Amino acid sequence: MALISKGEFVADDWRRLADEEALPENGKIIISLERLDNALKARGANGDIGVIIDNTLEIDKLTPVLAKLGLIAIAFPSFADGRGFSLARLVRRAGYRGELRASGRLLADQYAHALGCGFDTVEIPDDLAQRQNETQWRSASKTHQRTYQRGYLSSGSILDARRKAMQ
Amino acid sequence: MSLNDTNTLSRINSPKTTYQYDEFDKDFIRERVAEFREQVRRRLEGSLTEEEFRPFRLMNGLYLQLHAYMLRVAIPYGTLTSQQMRRLAEIADRWDKGYGHFTTRQNLQYNWPRLIDTPDILEALAEVDMHAIQTSGNCIRNVTADHFAGVAADEIEDPRPTAEFLRQWSSAHPEFSFLPRKFKIAITGATHDRAATLAHDIGLRLVKNASGEIGYCVIIGGGLGRSPFIGKIIREYVPRSALLAYLEAIMRVYNRYGRRDNKYKARIKILVHEKGIETIRAAVEKEFAAMDHTAFQQDPQEFERVAASFTPPPYEILPSESSKLAKARVETPAFDHFVSVNVSEHKIAGYAIVTVSLKPINGIPGDATSHQMRVLADACDRFGFGELRVSHEQNIILPHVKKDDLFALWQTLDAADLATANAGLVSDIISCPGLDYCSLATARSIPIAQAISQRFSDMARQRRIGKLGIKISGCINACGHHHIGAIGVLGLEKKGQESYQITLGGDPGFSASIGEILGPGVSADQVPEVIEHLVDFYLAERHETEAFIDTWRRLGHARFKDVLRREGEDGADI
Repeated sequence: MALISKGEFVADDWRRLADEEALPENGKIIISLERLDNALKARGANGDIGVIIDNTLEIDKLTPVLAKLGLIAIAFPSFADGRGFSLARLVRRAGYRGELRASGRLLADQYAHALGCGFDTVEIPDDLAQRQNETQWRSASKTHQRTYQRGYLSSGSILDARRKAMQ
Repeated sequence: MSLNDTNTLSRINSPKTTYQYDEFDKDFIRERVAEFREQVRRRLEGSLTEEEFRPFRLMNGLYLQLHAYMLRVAIPYGTLTSQQMRRLAEIADRWDKGYGHFTTRQNLQYNWPRLIDTPDILEALAEVDMHAIQTSGNCIRNVTADHFAGVAADEIEDPRPTAEFLRQWSSAHPEFSFLPRKFKIAITGATHDRAATLAHDIGLRLVKNASGEIGYCVIIGGGLGRSPFIGKIIREYVPRSALLAYLEAIMRVYNRYGRRDNKYKARIKILVHEKGIETIRAAVEKEFAAMDHTAFQQDPQEFERVAASFTPPPYEILPSESSKLAKARVETPAFDHFVSVNVSEHKIAGYAIVTVSLKPINGIPGDATSHQMRVLADACDRFGFGELRVSHEQNIILPHVKKDDLFALWQTLDAADLATANAGLVSDIISCPGLDYCSLATARSIPIAQAISQRFSDMARQRRIGKLGIKISGCINACGHHHIGAIGVLGLEKKGQESYQITLGGDPGFSASIGEILGPGVSADQVPEVIEHLVDFYLAERHETEAFIDTWRRLGHARFKDVLRREGEDGADI
């Protein structure tokens, strides 16, 4: 897997724990939702536990533990499935401030959408990272300089820029 | 005169009657063109597979069709300036085969562009503030509006400022660009629904509340295609200040809960049908209440800024009747017919709305040559404040023509084969491109339209029949809107043969209804004959000026079915 943060391929200091793997005593780990309660009880909420969720999850299932999580990864089963974008918005609206990660076959062409909806990082399979290299992701982070929509975390809205220019 | 001179002239002569792009709007379009140019390059070098490239080319209007690529250009709310129409003609000449096809969604399609040329075509469009953004793909599509917007006598408010407001809001949306399926919005501001608001994913009607404030009646879940549904009202009144927030709530509910397991069940109409309108309404209201509304606080001022662009042209004060027009009508019967059929009432005295039919007898519905496009551009500069409209009936409208000028305009149109006096008549057929172009089609549509129009080529007979909408689709996706045609024709494939299913009683208006199937399918060469029998029966049975749909509603479907059964007994193979 390759991890993209701020337009660059970076090392991942989180490790995805397989379901059959025992819970390690320390280290940053991403686990499935089913194991989350037990893991939080076992290790406490020190920000070293992250969770990967389906894009169909109802946000109220996560609300009670949001403040204890160091990372939330939303799975993208395919790049054409846009549910993760709406879920990211809801996660942010619920007050989550930690790392929000899109995990799946997201394309560089969707980077601006992901950032706009509140994702910090994107995690893609290696074969995709080979075709869509760091250069492509870096330039993709700049393809949507301004959006018509307001309230999204893009570089800025056209309305704000227009108002500023008129002052 | 060189092209640039003509453009300059038209800019000087044309008042600003539609939205004016500022530098920010222009930057946005240029950025999208640059992005697509890069995507084409990455596709060709292999960074993007065809499957990955597909949604991005679709979001830029580029389809892969039966024989070639097809580029669908957006004409938001159907409004075009003369300068833009000239550019469409230039593109047709330079990169296509010298013509274009106007569609039922107020778009223009080029049928033969090459992939590598499309970024240049998009750039040429961007130079005149046009684009092909979101004319395809699983995103919010080009917003359509009443083609008589701003000039109709029955209007509460011009719907185009709202349509432009929505165009901007929906363009390159970070959250709603990968929806379960396509999403179409239509809007009307009139008391007659010329935008088919009940047949769209969202239909908006401008309405006034008890205190006289203008807002929107919001309809969702309408649509045609293989499972046609009439839309349902989700909220009777949404104030203008809350429109975008309310629509965002609908989109979020749809994006999260719309089905993605089957593309034929992925439209919002299926979600509404399966869950029920009450459940969807509750979900939307819950989301609307939970949303952070601060992002929408500036919407009213922003709407005003957009609306200020849509200024009425500098109309002259004229008497409501024109003696010049009256004289020409007496002297030239062909012109008289044109006026009675193709000219509509304008809200300003002394002016008229002219429909230019793109349905000549035996022609291809909606097609226009580059020469015809230039004639229309010149004509609207001379006679119509430089503005044109595209209607969802695939015709072109000159929205403000002085009654005194109608005869001169007609002569200009006639010389370019654009004066067919059949607007709304039986030969003003809506048709999809069908099997001649489309990879989805199961049967031909265009030849059927041509055969019907030939069968009714006697114009006097057409006028006797009166307004009658025939709509033809070449497959169950229903791009030809056959479900809402008074007479609908659906081309299917049965055991390797084309078979045409005929429906009666469709209605696109406020009293919208889906047509009912007449009987077993008929072969291509039988379609004109069957329609002729139905029309003859209607003529014999109608009360005075009763419309086809009203006669059908009064007599009932069974009586019309009987017509064909009787014909069958007489030996006709129907």
